[in-house]
Amino acid sequence: MKIAPKKVEMPRQKPEVRVTNFDEVALGYSEKEAQQEARRCLQCKKAPCTRACPVEVDIAGFIARIIEKDYPGAIRKIKEKNLLPAMCGRVCPQEELCEKACTLSKKYEPIAIGRLERFAADWELRRGNPGTSHLSLSTGKCVAVIGSGPASLSCAGDLARLGHKVTIFEALHRPGGVLVYGIPEFRLPKAIVEKEVEYIRSLGVEVKTGYVIGKIYAIDELFSQGYQAIFLGIGAGLPKFMDIPGENLNGVYSANEFLTRTNLMKAYLFPEYDTPIKIGRRVAVIGGGNVAMDASRTALRLGARQVYNIYRRSRQEMPARVEEVQNAQDEGVQFKFLTDPTRIIGNREGWVTGIECIRMELGEPDESGRRRPIPVKGSEFTIGVDIVVMAIGAGANPLLSSATPDLKLNEWGYIVVDETSGKTSKEGVWAGGDIVSGAATVISAMASGRNSAMAIHQYLMQGSRSIDFS
Amino acid sequence: MYRILVKENLAPCIKEFLISFPEIARKAQPGQFVVVRIDEKGERVPLTIADYDRDKGTISIVVQQAGKTTYQIGELNSGDILFDIIGPLGIPTHMKKRGTVVCVGGGVGIPPIYPVARGFKEIGNRVISIIGAHNRELVIWEEKIASVTDELYVTTDDGSYGRKGFVSDELQRLIKGGRELDLVFVVGPTLMMRAVCEVTRPHKLRTVVSLNPIMVDATGMCGACRVSVGGRTKFVCVDGPDFDGHQVDFDQLLSRQRIYLQEEKKALERYNSVHKHGGLK
Repeated sequence: MKIAPKKVEMPRQKPEVRVTNFDEVALGYSEKEAQQEARRCLQCKKAPCTRACPVEVDIAGFIARIIEKDYPGAIRKIKEKNLLPAMCGRVCPQEELCEKACTLSKKYEPIAIGRLERFAADWELRRGNPGTSHLSLSTGKCVAVIGSGPASLSCAGDLARLGHKVTIFEALHRPGGVLVYGIPEFRLPKAIVEKEVEYIRSLGVEVKTGYVIGKIYAIDELFSQGYQAIFLGIGAGLPKFMDIPGENLNGVYSANEFLTRTNLMKAYLFPEYDTPIKIGRRVAVIGGGNVAMDASRTALRLGARQVYNIYRRSRQEMPARVEEVQNAQDEGVQFKFLTDPTRIIGNREGWVTGIECIRMELGEPDESGRRRPIPVKGSEFTIGVDIVVMAIGAGANPLLSSATPDLKLNEWGYIVVDETSGKTSKEGVWAGGDIVSGAATVISAMASGRNSAMAIHQYLMQGSRSIDFS
Repeated sequence: MYRILVKENLAPCIKEFLISFPEIARKAQPGQFVVVRIDEKGERVPLTIADYDRDKGTISIVVQQAGKTTYQIGELNSGDILFDIIGPLGIPTHMKKRGTVVCVGGGVGIPPIYPVARGFKEIGNRVISIIGAHNRELVIWEEKIASVTDELYVTTDDGSYGRKGFVSDELQRLIKGGRELDLVFVVGPTLMMRAVCEVTRPHKLRTVVSLNPIMVDATGMCGACRVSVGGRTKFVCVDGPDFDGHQVDFDQLLSRQRIYLQEEKKALERYNSVHKHGGLK
């Protein structure tokens, strides 16, 4: 059989239409499209894709079931390893992982694994009745999971399937962590997050929102309440600023604030929703990662006429996914590469009026392997803007760690753990996701949550027979 | 979902709520706050914990109806439910035996000084309280403050009760009178806190202010509440809310508090037009 060299295209909203709404951009495969794409799979015995997947989904296995139109079987296969497939199908960087390893990619475009995963997950969600997966007998052990982002949800789900009683404590009023406050609706609809959290709940996990651990309870108080192990999946929730003049002017947002107002608080629906956001005519978003792309595209949808993405290196060095950069460009984001802000300019009333930048050139590669940007002397220039969004990364939020003095941190405030198990310096406490690694991907956070779940399970069941799950 | 046990109308547009939340009551310390949300579409509003009773498992908050959300909270009654309460947040007020401590509260900032005054008194300080408001009917919690205070002074802007003038004038009078004062703690409108700091600055009298900027998550995640203190940017929600008043950039704070004035006005007008209360002016 001749193999089609290219992936089956996924229908998407047209750029000129989608910038006027917050609806999902990528619309997902129809059954016919999924069938057509699935049949491109070579079903390699060695399954390099599975080995490249941080949570080791049996990719050929689920694709084979799609081909057989056994969709319940396909989603069951995925959920053996990945409890949040509708999210991962949407936001996982497949091009860096499974699809990069795909045998087809040597000659053609790889199999669209992410799109097929999404198809199977959405098929199940549309039926409104996610099958419950196999649960072990109750062990009578209690685990507290702090935070409810991808690391925590994956850890909680696995522990619940192993028969432990799990309680998630989430600081915000809605579960999902970065999936609800950070990633925009148009990339990951909140209804999808809700359904996947609902699935984790259906496994027996209790979710308590509005509980700021470190404030209402210290870690040691959770132990004295009867929790026998604790997982910290609290994310890297500390916004970074550049430390340049003018950053506290009105109209300067951290990406966290800009996105939280829009996504979690639904400021784009103000005044129907209470939380407002300032919508500039001209917006500068600083940074070259996925969050910067999210913020730029959000600014367009909020009604900005001009959105400038300012990045100190060139397009090749951008940490954002190629697909997201392309999306932003198609929607009209204007890129200012090799440009670095030096100060933010304001008027007498304290509002932003512009941003002064300096041109950069690329020198020798630095520790990250990317060419180091060097300022070009005397090349300062000003761009007139009303809003500036700082999307230059996040740091470790110290709220919980400062209330837990016996938790060992590294010099940047991230939690120090044993690499394979996620075990921290504190007895009975594990950690995973961005609070360990610094800002990374949803799937790597999920993998670390799973590793900790296995380690916690062993710790809790010492002396008793361990139960194999899947 | 948290039940309002008792609502009390303290003054026109100032309401007190006694709320059952044993876990917060058990942990709350003077100077801390909670974030409240009124419903599924509500914004997150920080409100100081004005009192707590660990045995009964209750906390008290006092709300002045100023914008759409506080107006809406003020309309709730005993038996009603508050959608979300998150806390206790912020670093508690640093309590130490210093000698004579002056607690200054202005307007709806009067109740928040109650637990702080009580705390300072319990550890052996002499506590002087100065409370002030526009007029007589806006002077609230006078008896409660008196019960944890060695000396109480009351001012009103219009002279309808207590001494005519501002709380900062009363503090000035005490200082001029040669009183030995070791610490001033202030809660109230930003302009009033700035005025108090200007009174104490020449005397190098240590002055702690409890700031109330706009917040969103209130856990250090968004940076909405940032303010310059001694030239360094601080997040009020996690680094404060208490700061050395002589180091705070009040102009910046005032400016940042006004970011959403237009939107706040729009939201209130919309609320009032839907709910024919006559509303706020």
